[in-house]
Order: sequence, then C-alpha cells, then structure tokens
Amino acid sequence: MGRYILRRTLIALVLVLVISVLVFVMLRVAIPGDPAALLAGDRASPELIEQIRKNMGLDRPLIEQLVIYLTNAVRGDLGRSVQFGEPVFGVIVKAFPFTITLTFLSVMVGTLIGLGIGILTAVKRGSWIDSVSIVVVVFFYSIPSFWLGLVLILVFAVGLRVLPVQGSATWQHFVLPVTTLSIGQSALIARLTRTNMVEMLGAAFIQTARSKGLSERNVVFRHALKNTLIPIVTVVGLSVGGLLGGAVITENIFGLPGVGRLAIEAIVGRDYPMIQGTVLLVAVTFVFVNLITDIIYVYVDPRIRYD
Amino acid sequence: MSIREFAMTNPDNNMLDKAEIALPTDVVSLAEDVSFKRDTPYTRTLQEFMRHRVALVALVVILLIILSAILAPRLTSYDPIGRNSKDRLHGPSAEYPLGTDALGRDVLTRILYGGQISLQVGFLSITIAACIGIPLGLMAGFFGGKVDNLIMRIMDLILAFPGLILIIWLVGLLGSNIFNVMLAIALFSLPTYARLTRGQTLSLFQRDYVLAARCIGALPVRIMFVHILPNILGSLIVITTLGVSDAIITGASLSFLGLGVRPPTPEWGAMLSDGRAYLRNAWWIAFFPGMTITLLVLALNTVGDAFRDAFDPNTLSK
Repeated sequence: MGRYILRRTLIALVLVLVISVLVFVMLRVAIPGDPAALLAGDRASPELIEQIRKNMGLDRPLIEQLVIYLTNAVRGDLGRSVQFGEPVFGVIVKAFPFTITLTFLSVMVGTLIGLGIGILTAVKRGSWIDSVSIVVVVFFYSIPSFWLGLVLILVFAVGLRVLPVQGSATWQHFVLPVTTLSIGQSALIARLTRTNMVEMLGAAFIQTARSKGLSERNVVFRHALKNTLIPIVTVVGLSVGGLLGGAVITENIFGLPGVGRLAIEAIVGRDYPMIQGTVLLVAVTFVFVNLITDIIYVYVDPRIRYD
Repeated sequence: MSIREFAMTNPDNNMLDKAEIALPTDVVSLAEDVSFKRDTPYTRTLQEFMRHRVALVALVVILLIILSAILAPRLTSYDPIGRNSKDRLHGPSAEYPLGTDALGRDVLTRILYGGQISLQVGFLSITIAACIGIPLGLMAGFFGGKVDNLIMRIMDLILAFPGLILIIWLVGLLGSNIFNVMLAIALFSLPTYARLTRGQTLSLFQRDYVLAARCIGALPVRIMFVHILPNILGSLIVITTLGVSDAIITGASLSFLGLGVRPPTPEWGAMLSDGRAYLRNAWWIAFFPGMTITLLVLALNTVGDAFRDAFDPNTLSK
C-alpha cells in the first residue's frame, strides 16, 4: 500500500517535470520568431527586447535556460506578465480560488445529482421514469455549456431577474455558472451509475442479500451502491480535467475572474509568460487530482494492490 | 437451388406448408444458412440499428444538417457576410425566419453557411485523429515492447493535460485560425483512438486465426489491416461518431472564445458569441445557432449510442 502510493506520487512528480519541460520547449521551439520579442509584446522597442533577452537569459545555451526556468518555477517565479506588469504567479494565485470553487462545486453538485438519477433509473428500470430520464440525460450530455449558460442567463437573469449575470461578488453569482458546469457532469455520472447499478443488481451477492430478507433500501444502498461507486471514483477524478476546461468557457460567459478567463485574455493579448503560467498551473492541478483519485481508489476497492 | 429458394421463387408452390413433406426444422434452417448469406455480423448489426427508431430520426437530422450546409447558397438568397444597415436586429418574421443580427444579416442564412465550418472541423479533425491514432494503436498492440511503451507514454503525456486547456494553449501558441483548431483537436483526440485500438489488438492477437495468419507468414501490415482492423471496426465507429460530436462542440467553443474563425466568417460558436451583447433585446442572435449545435450533437450522440447497442453482441440476443 505505502509502496503503491509512493510509486504513484513519484510518477506524478515525473509527469509534472515532463509537462514543465514540454511547456518550455513549446514556447521556444514551436513558435516561429524571437522569444524575447514575443515576450516583450508587439510594440516593444529594440532596447526592451534586448533587456528581456538578458533578464531571461535567452542569450545563454538552451539547456542552461531550461535549468534556470525550472529552478525559478520551483521557487514560484514564472516571469512577469506583459499585460499586468506584475509577476505571473501572483496574478494567477489571486484568480485560482474562483476556478477551484467553481470546479469543486460543479463536481460535487453534478456527481450527487448524477448518482441520484442513476440509482433511481436503475432501480425503476423499464418504467416511465427510466425512459424519461434516458432522454433527459442524453440531452444534458449533448447540450454545449456555452449555449446552456446563455439560455440560463436569458431565463433567470434577463427574463425572471432573480439572479445576477456577471461578476463574482456574492454566492448568487455562482449559481448559474455551477449549474452550467454540473449539468454535463450529472449526465456523465448518471449514465455510468445506471449501467453499473443494473449490472450489480443482477449479481449473485444481491440475490443473497435479498433472500436473507434485507429491505430493498438496504440492498440498494449498502450492497449494490458500494460496489457501483468503484468505477465512478475514477471517472469523477478524470472529469475534473474536463471541468477545468469547461471552467474556461463558463468563466468567460459569466465574467468570473478565474484562471480560465486569465488564460483567454493572455492568448488574445499574446501575453506568453501568462499563457505558460496558466497552462502549467492547470496541468499540475490535474496531475495531482489524478494522483488523489488513484490513492482513493485503493481505499475504495480492496482488490487493487498494485505492489 | 435449395428447397427454400425454390419455394420463394415459386409463390404458387406452397410445398413447404404441406404437412406430408414438412422437413425437420434443422434441415430448413441449414438450407436457409447456405442459400441466404445475409446473416453476417454486419447485416445483424444493421438490423439491430434499424430497429432503433429514434436513431433513424437522428440520422435523418444529421443528413439534413449536412445537406443544408452544402446546399446553403441554393437554399437562401441572402448574403451571409454583407451588412444591411436598414434591417438591423429584426425579430423572427416571414422575411427573416430566425431574425437578423446587429449588422442586419439573416441569422438563418448564417447558420446554414456556418454549418460548413462546424461540420468541417468536426469531421476533418476526427478523420486526422483516427488516421494517425488507429495505426499507432495497431502498432503498439502488435509489436509490444519498446514500440508499445514509446507510443503509449506519448499518449499518456497528451492526456496529462486537461483536454480543452491543451487545445486552447496550442491554438494560442500556433495562432488562432480554424486550421490550427482542427490540428489541436486532432492531437488531443489521438490517444482515444490509439488506446482503444491497442487494447482490442492485444485481445485479438491471441486468437487462433491471427496465429494461423502469422504461421503462414503474413506480413505484419497484412495482419494488422486485413485480419485485426475489420474486427475492431465496430468499436471504432462508435467512438468516431461520439468523437465528431465532441469535436464540433470544441470547435464551436474555441470560436466562441474568439480563438477560431475571424469575423465576419459565419460560424456557430462565433455567432453565439456575437449575440451575447444583445441578449436583452435580440435573444434570437445567440439562441438559434446554439440550438443548431445542440440538435446536431444530440443527433450524433443518439446515433453513437445506437451503434454501441447494435455492435454489442450482448444486446443481439434480445
């Protein structure tokens, strides 16, 4: 067990290192042109570009640059944002809580609703509830988040005037963004829960539980659900990646000052240190969420001991 | 000519119905198997799919959307790009069925033309991903060892980035245009095809018929493409259908964020983004392009699900 967690952690750390190198290489190799000129922005003077080249060590060998970049990154120095004129790290740290709150709430709400629908439809398989839910779930699964967000704004903010459209001042500001993101998540989890639950309810150990006289409620929640949850843990972990991506769109629709909005502004403004910083941060977050998922997995499923 | 065929070609001859010459049922079914070669896995799959009424409707919807995008210049006489300042922000009417936008352009016309780009992004990016990903997966599964390790670690690395973030980042670095959007979506979709193909190749590799092919000295290329690929086509069709719907959403998302097409090119995501500023007084500008995407994606997902049921041998016994 300890060895397994240690191994997973080491793999995650290696992955973070590889991702950092990749992000560095992409910025130096994939983009045509002088990185110093790009970092300086479109209207920079030749002196400024020269200054940046010196400051960033761009006149040194590539390997040395990589080492400097990595040691700086470990210290939390991701360079200066061209747009803000501030250190990238500081700007991102201010925006990060919004993205994390949005993603975390959406995972929670979406997973709970999905579990509810999944369990209900599996238990009532073949009934009208099941048929209606299948249609609703496919619809939820297909609806693009940017359209859903706009429809929600149309109905609740423009039409009914019960919720605010833009900003992040109060908790009400989070209602529509979280709804937008969690609907897709709930559909994903509902489908998975239903399939697994149906399979579980047909298993021999469920018949045993029923025949020894347990209440249906006990059979469903204590016996079937526990075993259904195992694959769901993995999918919830992996879905965080999708939701982090979805957060980019949602933040842009609802004007939340999160990392996603920062990333898009950086791309539009060709603020390369900021692009690099946001990608690095989101990828590293994703790696660690997956690491935590792997660890939880061992606790949920005692059959799995990889060492 | 078999007994059954004879009976079929001669409608007046109801020989089979006569009790005195009724054949044992297994002889009849044997005759049927020999003379009617229709009962292949593919025809069975097709029958299973045709039974899915909703999926057939969805297929018609997809074809209609594709056709109307291709035939856009013939279906509408309005210009999708040119301004028309006298008919700005018109609500849906007989003249403009889905209203006009802030520059007076017909929304329906722009949706029809916009389909050309969204469909191209969806189909081309997934075609690129499948054409590279499937051979990679075949190679990884077939050769194993170092080849397998190298290919799959690269795929893992791509998956280490959250999907949309990776795509946005690549497009941001390479420059925002529709070609780069397609490339980025293709790159991120690669692992799906490589992983699925590899897994299925590994399981088929143990089969006797593959062993037989290797024993008679078939080249790896022949085994991969002639013996293994046709047998995993079912699962590949399912993920490709679902992949196209994902790619269409991603493409539209990027244009919505301002990273895809440049205005005034009509594209569904970009139209939605344009309409955001007019939500209060001209909801139709953003509403209808979004509805079209939802309809198309819904139809693609329904067809994908029906394919999944149809290709799944477990559901055939129903």
